[in-house]
Amino acid sequence: MSRVFIFFVRKEFLHIFRDVRTMVILLGIPVVQLILFGFAISTEVKNARIAVLDLSRDAASRAVTERLDASAYFDVGWHLEHPGDVEKVFREGKAPLVVVFSERFQQQMLHSGSAGIQLIADASDPNYATTLTRYAEAIIADFERELQASDGVAADGLSADGQPGSTQAAAPQGIVPQLTILYNPRLQSAYQFVPGVLGMILMLICAMMTAISIVREKETGTMEVLLVSPVRPILIILAKAVPYFVLSCVNLATVLLLSVFVLGVPVAGSLVWLVLVSFLFVFVSLSLGLLVSTLTRSQVVAMLISGMSFMLPVVLLSGMMFPVEHMPRVLQMLSHMIPAKWFIIVVKDLMIKGAGISAALPEVLVLCGMAVVFVTLSLLNFKHRLE
Amino acid sequence: MKQPAETVTVRHLRKSHGNTLALRDVSFQARAGEICGLIGPDGAGKTTLLRILATLLVPDSGQASIEGLDVVKDYRAIRSRVGYMPGRFSLYQDLTVEENLHFFATLFGTSVQENYELIKDIYSQIEPFRKRRAGALSGGMKQKLALSCALIHQPSVLLLDEPTTGVDAVSRKEFWGMLGRLKLQGLTILVSTPYMDEAGQCDQISLISEGEILRIGTPVEIVRSFRKPLWNARGDDMHRLLLNLREHPAVEACYAFGGNHHLTLRDDSLTPAELSAYLSDRGHAGIRIAEAVPGVEDCYMELLRTPQQTLL
Amino acid sequence: MKPVIEVDRLVKRFGGFTAVDHISFEVAPGEIFGFLGANGAGKTTAMRMLCGLSKPTSGTGKVAGYDIASHPDEVKKRIGYMSQKFSLYGDLRVWENIRLFAGIYGVPQREIAPRTDALLSRLDFAAERNTLVRDLPLGWKQKLSFSVSVFHHPGIVFLDEPTGGVDPVTRRKFWELIYQAADEGITVFVTTHYMDEAEYCHRVSVMVDGRIEALDTPERLKQQFGATEMDEVFQQLARKAQRQEL
Repeated sequence: MSRVFIFFVRKEFLHIFRDVRTMVILLGIPVVQLILFGFAISTEVKNARIAVLDLSRDAASRAVTERLDASAYFDVGWHLEHPGDVEKVFREGKAPLVVVFSERFQQQMLHSGSAGIQLIADASDPNYATTLTRYAEAIIADFERELQASDGVAADGLSADGQPGSTQAAAPQGIVPQLTILYNPRLQSAYQFVPGVLGMILMLICAMMTAISIVREKETGTMEVLLVSPVRPILIILAKAVPYFVLSCVNLATVLLLSVFVLGVPVAGSLVWLVLVSFLFVFVSLSLGLLVSTLTRSQVVAMLISGMSFMLPVVLLSGMMFPVEHMPRVLQMLSHMIPAKWFIIVVKDLMIKGAGISAALPEVLVLCGMAVVFVTLSLLNFKHRLE
Repeated sequence: MKQPAETVTVRHLRKSHGNTLALRDVSFQARAGEICGLIGPDGAGKTTLLRILATLLVPDSGQASIEGLDVVKDYRAIRSRVGYMPGRFSLYQDLTVEENLHFFATLFGTSVQENYELIKDIYSQIEPFRKRRAGALSGGMKQKLALSCALIHQPSVLLLDEPTTGVDAVSRKEFWGMLGRLKLQGLTILVSTPYMDEAGQCDQISLISEGEILRIGTPVEIVRSFRKPLWNARGDDMHRLLLNLREHPAVEACYAFGGNHHLTLRDDSLTPAELSAYLSDRGHAGIRIAEAVPGVEDCYMELLRTPQQTLL
Repeated sequence: MKPVIEVDRLVKRFGGFTAVDHISFEVAPGEIFGFLGANGAGKTTAMRMLCGLSKPTSGTGKVAGYDIASHPDEVKKRIGYMSQKFSLYGDLRVWENIRLFAGIYGVPQREIAPRTDALLSRLDFAAERNTLVRDLPLGWKQKLSFSVSVFHHPGIVFLDEPTGGVDPVTRRKFWELIYQAADEGITVFVTTHYMDEAEYCHRVSVMVDGRIEALDTPERLKQQFGATEMDEVFQQLARKAQRQEL
C-alpha cells in the first residue's frame, strides 16, 4: 500500500507543479502580505502631517511644536491662523490631527497647571486617530515633565520673587501617567500582524486548498474512478494533505525569515515549539479543509465556504486586526470557535513575548481538541460512494 | 463447451434521486463474455444503473450482483474486479498520458508492465503521444486512454458509460472494434449508448426509457419483435411528404430515417400503389415506396408509442 | 438568389498548425447545410470564424452579406447559434430565458410578449412557461433552445451537434423544427455525429484534415462513393485523415 501512497503523493505534487499560476500565488502570498502589512498599510504612525493652531505664540508653544515636528511620528505641515481654519483643514482632509494651543499657554502651564492644549483628531479612522493622539500626548507629557523639572530649578530662583506657582506646577508631575509599553516598545504593528498573517496563510493553504483539490476530483469525475478502485479513501485523503503540508512548511519558513530579517521581529521564545505548534495548527486546518470537502460538491462552493467561514473570521475575529476584547459578547463567543485565534495567541506568546510553552498550554490544548473534533467529523462524513 | 454463466444479475432495482425515479423495477442478466448494451437516450437511467453496478450508488430496493458478489455488501471485492469508465472524461487532464496510466495501474496495485499485453492493442495507438497531457488529446484518443486506464488492472467485467457520446463516426466504429476484441479475451462488457445504430455490435441489448427496460433480447430478437408492416417512402419534397403521410388514416406513425421516411402501418390493408396514388393526388413527384427492414431504432420508437408491452 | 454564406479560400492557422486549410463553399437561403467531419478535422474552428468569433488568417468569408473579418459584430446580429453544450440557463424559467435572449438579440420590446406566446403555443409549451429550464427533459430543452436561437428571425442559424443524447423520436421532432425554419427561409448550418441526420440535409460537406473533401447532396455523394448510406461515405472519407488531431 505504501507504493500506492507514494504514487498518490507524487500525483498531487504534479497537479500543483503543473498549475504554475496557483503555485506562484500560494508561495507569493506570504511575501506580498508581509510586505503590504509591514510597509504599505502599516498601522504605525510615521511622519503624519499635522496642523498647529497656536493662539499663544510663546516660547513653550513653539517648543512643543518643534518637538512634535522633530519626532519621527509627525511633520507639522500647516500653521493655522484662526480657530475657524480647523474645520476647514479637516473637511479638506489635509491633516488628521490639529494641535491647538490656547492663549497664554506657557503661563497656564506654569501657573495653573491645567493643560491649555487641545488635540483635535479626525476620527473617521478611529484607530489611527487614537494612535495619533496617544503619540502626541506622549510627546507633550514628555515636554511638560522636562519643563517642570527644569522649572523646578528655575522655580527656586523664581520663588525669591514670591511666585508660588512653581510649587503648584510641580504638583501635576506626580499624576502624569507613566505609560510603559511592554514587548513592543516602539508600538510596531509588525508585532501585531506577523502572527496574524501566519495564521491566515496556513489556514488558506491547508484548509482552502485541500478542500478545493478534493472537490475538484468530484467535479471532474475522477473521484468516481478513485472510489471504484480498491484503494482506501483515507489514503486518498492523506495523500492530498501531504503536498499542502509541505507548502505550508515552505510558507512558515518564508514568514519567519521575512519577519526576522526584513521586518525585524525577533523570535523571542523557543523556535522548536513555535514550529511544533504551527504543525498542530496546520493539522487542524487540514482537517477543517477535509471537513469542507465532504460537505460540498463544487469548487466554487468549497472556495466560498472556506473563504467566508475561515478567512474572514481569521481577519476579523482572531484579534489580528481588531482587539477581540472590545467586541460584543456574541462575537467574542464566536471568536472562540476560530482555530486561528488560539494559534495567534500562542504565536504571540512564543514568538513576541518569549514565553515558554507552559504559558500557552491552554491554547495548545484547545487546538488539539479542535483537531480531534474536525478529523472525527470529516471521517464520519466521508463517503465511500457517490451519495 | 461450458455453458456461459451469468456474470451480472440485476433483480428489481429501484432508485430515486430526490423526487425523480431514475430506475423503476429493472431486472436483467448478462452472461460471461458478452457485450451487453444498455440503449436509451439521456435521462433514461443508464448512468444510475451502471453506477449501482460500480458500487458507487446504493439501490433503494432490489439486488444486483457481479460474479456472485453483492454490490452493496461486497463492494470492496467488486471494486477490484470491475473496470469502470464514467460518462465524462474522468482522467487527470493535467497529467500526461503515461502518468495517468501509471497512476491507475498503481491505484489497483499493479504495474503497466505486468498488464501491458491486455491493453497493448489500444494503448499502442496513443503511445506516440505518451508525453502529452491528457487534456490536450482529441475525443477519440481520450476514449482510448480512458479505456486503457479502466483495463489496466485486468478486470473481468467492464462497465462503460456512454463511451462513444460526442465521438465522431469513425472513432466510434474503431471503439466498437476494440470492444469486440476485448470480448474475445473473455471480458464481460456492459456498455451504455444513446446511438441506436450501435446496437448491432452487442450480443444482448436492453432498450431503456425513463428508468424502465422496454425490451431485452439479442438484436435479431428485438428486430423480429417488430410485427407491423414498415415501409420506406421518398419523394422530391421530403418535408411535405412527411406531413402528408402522417395524415393518411392507415399510417400509424411516420418519421424521417436517413434518406427515406419510415412509416408504420396499422395493418396490411393498404398497398404501396394505393399510397402512391394518394400522394400523387397531393402533388408529390418522384415517389418511391418499398417495404423496409426494421432496425433497432424502429423498434425503440415503436415501444415508446406503445409503452405497455410484455417482455420477450 | 444571393448566397447567405460565401466562403472563399478561408484559412486559419495556429502557429505552424493549419486548422482550416483553404475551404470554399456557398450556402443558399433556406438551405439546410450539413457540416460533417471527424473530431479535430477543423469543423469547430471553421464554424467559429463564420460566427465572427475568430479572425481568419487569410481568405474571405461573408455571412448574411457582411465580411466576417471586418464586420464580425454585424454578422453576430444576423445569426442564431445553438450548441449541445450551452443552450439555455437552467436556473431561469422558460419565459425568462426567452426574454433574455430576445433582449440580447435586440428584438423590439413590444414584440417579445406576442412572439413568446406564439412560440410556446407552437411548441405546445404553454403549460411550461414558468418551469425552470433545468427541470425540462433534455429533448424539450433542445427544442426550446433551437426556437430561442431563431426567435429574432436571423438569416442563418448555426447548430453545433444539436441532437446529442436525445431520444430517437425527439431527435426527429427536432429535425422537423429545422425543416420548418428552412421553409420560413432561415438557412440552417448544422454539425452532427448522427449520419442518418446527414441525409436530412440538402447538401453536405465533409471536412478531413482542415479541407473540404466532399460537398454535394447526400444522394450524389452516395453515388459518387458507391455507398448506400451516408455513414459509408463518411467512413471512406474520414479514414483518409493523416493528421493526429489537435
